[in-house]
Amino acid sequence: MDFELTPDQKLFRATTKKFLDTEVPLSTVRELSTGPHGFARDWWTRGAELGWTALLVPEEQGGGSVSDAGLLDLLIVAEEMGRLVSPGPLLPVNVVLSALVEAGGHESTVESLMAGETIGTWAVYEPGSGWTPDDPSVTATPTDDGWTLSGVKDRVEAAEAADLFLVTVRAPEGLTQFLVPADAPGLRVEPSWSLDLVRRFGELHLDDVQVPATALVGRLGAAAPLVDRQRLIASVLQSAETAGAVDRVLEFTIAWAFDRYSFGRPLASYQALKHRFADMKTWLEACHGIVSAAGRAVQDRSGDAAELVAAAASYVGSKATDIIQDCVQLHGGIGVTWEHDLHLYLRRATVNRALYGTPEEHRRALADLVIASEGVSA
Amino acid sequence: MSTESVQPVEDFRLRAREWLAENMPRLEDRDASLDDPENDDASWARTKELQRKLWDGGFAGIGFPREYGGLGLTREHQRAFSAESAPYEMPLRINVPTLAICAATILDMGSEQQKRDRIGGALRGDELMVQFLSEPRGGSDLAGVTTKAERDGDVWILNGAKIWSSGAYAADYGLCLVRTDWSVPKHAGLTMFLVPVKAPGVTIRRIRQVNGSTEFCEEFFDDVMLPADAVVGEVNGGWAVASRQLYWERTAMGGGSPYISGVGRGIASAADQPLQALARAVGRVDDPKVRELIGESRANHLVQDHLVRRVMAGLAGGHLPGPSASMTRLFHAETDWRDSDIRLEIAGGAAVTGPVGDHGPGQVGEFFLNRQAGSLGGGSTEMARNVISERVLGMPREYAADRDVPFNQVEQGRA
Repeated sequence: MDFELTPDQKLFRATTKKFLDTEVPLSTVRELSTGPHGFARDWWTRGAELGWTALLVPEEQGGGSVSDAGLLDLLIVAEEMGRLVSPGPLLPVNVVLSALVEAGGHESTVESLMAGETIGTWAVYEPGSGWTPDDPSVTATPTDDGWTLSGVKDRVEAAEAADLFLVTVRAPEGLTQFLVPADAPGLRVEPSWSLDLVRRFGELHLDDVQVPATALVGRLGAAAPLVDRQRLIASVLQSAETAGAVDRVLEFTIAWAFDRYSFGRPLASYQALKHRFADMKTWLEACHGIVSAAGRAVQDRSGDAAELVAAAASYVGSKATDIIQDCVQLHGGIGVTWEHDLHLYLRRATVNRALYGTPEEHRRALADLVIASEGVSA
Repeated sequence: MSTESVQPVEDFRLRAREWLAENMPRLEDRDASLDDPENDDASWARTKELQRKLWDGGFAGIGFPREYGGLGLTREHQRAFSAESAPYEMPLRINVPTLAICAATILDMGSEQQKRDRIGGALRGDELMVQFLSEPRGGSDLAGVTTKAERDGDVWILNGAKIWSSGAYAADYGLCLVRTDWSVPKHAGLTMFLVPVKAPGVTIRRIRQVNGSTEFCEEFFDDVMLPADAVVGEVNGGWAVASRQLYWERTAMGGGSPYISGVGRGIASAADQPLQALARAVGRVDDPKVRELIGESRANHLVQDHLVRRVMAGLAGGHLPGPSASMTRLFHAETDWRDSDIRLEIAGGAAVTGPVGDHGPGQVGEFFLNRQAGSLGGGSTEMARNVISERVLGMPREYAADRDVPFNQVEQGRA
């Protein structure tokens, strides 16, 4: 995040950090790994009370931000959660909230998501395909009083815990989104394994699921701009979380280099290691710089938002695992043990690297933007 | 500082846009033969001519104080002007080192007379400056210079040699770091001089690099006479001036100088063409792997831009220690380095061989041969990494055999 936060943002960061430190220290994160959902619902409700679900919702709908730049405030939460490999459906719930707020309607759902009573998630990936949120093969077929949805979504975050799913589908009119309750007949969630110990994913099977006309989000066939906005928010949130994780890992690895002595001197005194720390510090600052820029661009809806988000997601996504694995190396043998916390961070960063667009996918998207802008700028 | 109100950035931008359109030549009309190393004198003359246009139009030295010929405006004004100037032929070669490094250092450390004469001279397009820092035996140990100046009545007599100065043959003045006291430890006996490049006793030899460029020079000083007012800062206080100069060099190399006009490099090259144009030239623009490389490069440049902004903001707000500018220097080298690799990967065989007379993508290969230039020029990246680890992260300093030892007792080695 930016160096300069408003006093309110600083307080918000401190409150979030204190809550996470107390409620889900890494020892708790490890315990949660054996539980059903990776987080406790009452805990999530308390996070919602701290404002984690209100930031993208306008005041007139009961939301509100700390700084009048809700997405930037939300990035503070994401970064703090990254620093502690925190559990919780921060990203999926906020993506769903942003979709509902952008589209209008669904007021009571917005309320219960904001209150932390309901958990919503974005079902956007499909088996065997990459990051193509605007090209689903799950279909919506009209019925007399609604729609029939058919197909499979995978990599659905917090799928088992979710009460409702924001599903991207192909309707006869084009790209469309529906809000589907978890108890809809024909809907089935198959849990997936996950590299992350606490963050869970699942496969969503939609076997002729009947939804009423009121399940529609926004207008029929007109979901493309909404989905674009969702993907920007998801990517930048995830990048901020990853940057937070790298921040913490480098912090304790640097401390280790000062504390750990070999041949009578601290590791931090060896030039071969100092140079690697210098690289990593530089990359970390670069991660923070691009995440802030991307966050601000998405917040302000500026024309370069897509480009900056793709730059952030590709750079942070790939650099994070480089840095954390180098930190494992610098820890030596202890770094590759289950007991050490490093792998919790490496797991989170590796999962983040592969979701909501891989670095490679974001790079190709950037190239498309570069090539598309050629005629304009020349 | 003047108390008159500063023109709002957007007003300034619009005024600049209008002025540029009426006065500056369009980039597409630029004489490409100016990029030919054989035509270098003409290229420098053109640089001075364009700088003079900026001066006459009232757009020279946006960030420099008014009393020394500048406009006394903010970094935002500077950025706005640079962005607006992108479609025009600009005097980019005067940016580094003349304005961004030398004039910036004189502004911080020079006498009133030096500031008026040298900054004014540069902004008017009359003069170019060069850095005389590195020495043939020096490597990264800048404070170990052995070029010397000895006092002789009212004047100083300069003897020794400097190297790796960029564009010295075209310059008028050089900021030259020399030893003036050998009986004290190395940092304490240095003085910075402003040396007229065309003074009697100065010999310049151009160095041919692996890519054919002859931009770098070597200088020999044989009993060059300098007046007392050629000293920049204090006698034996040269390290403070050099440190400031290095700060501005890092800032310029990292892309964060507030004292430049225009964007881009001073010399165009086929190796500088957009990656997508290169990809198209070799028929690979639709290859997904090539697209990844194009996107990666674009990401690196965007990240670099925002790292620079972050570091500048961190320095201004006191959130990062001063030496943090080395991070931008290091990142810039990495971005350049990776671009060089990416160009080679995209060009494939066309980078290394092709029809006689059609060198096209072959310049990518030559650029690759010179890949390390960005990691060496302006201090090696190894030194940048030392600075970051020691002065940003606070890690222990490297052992130095010459620390606190009078320089005349320091072992000098054979090569």
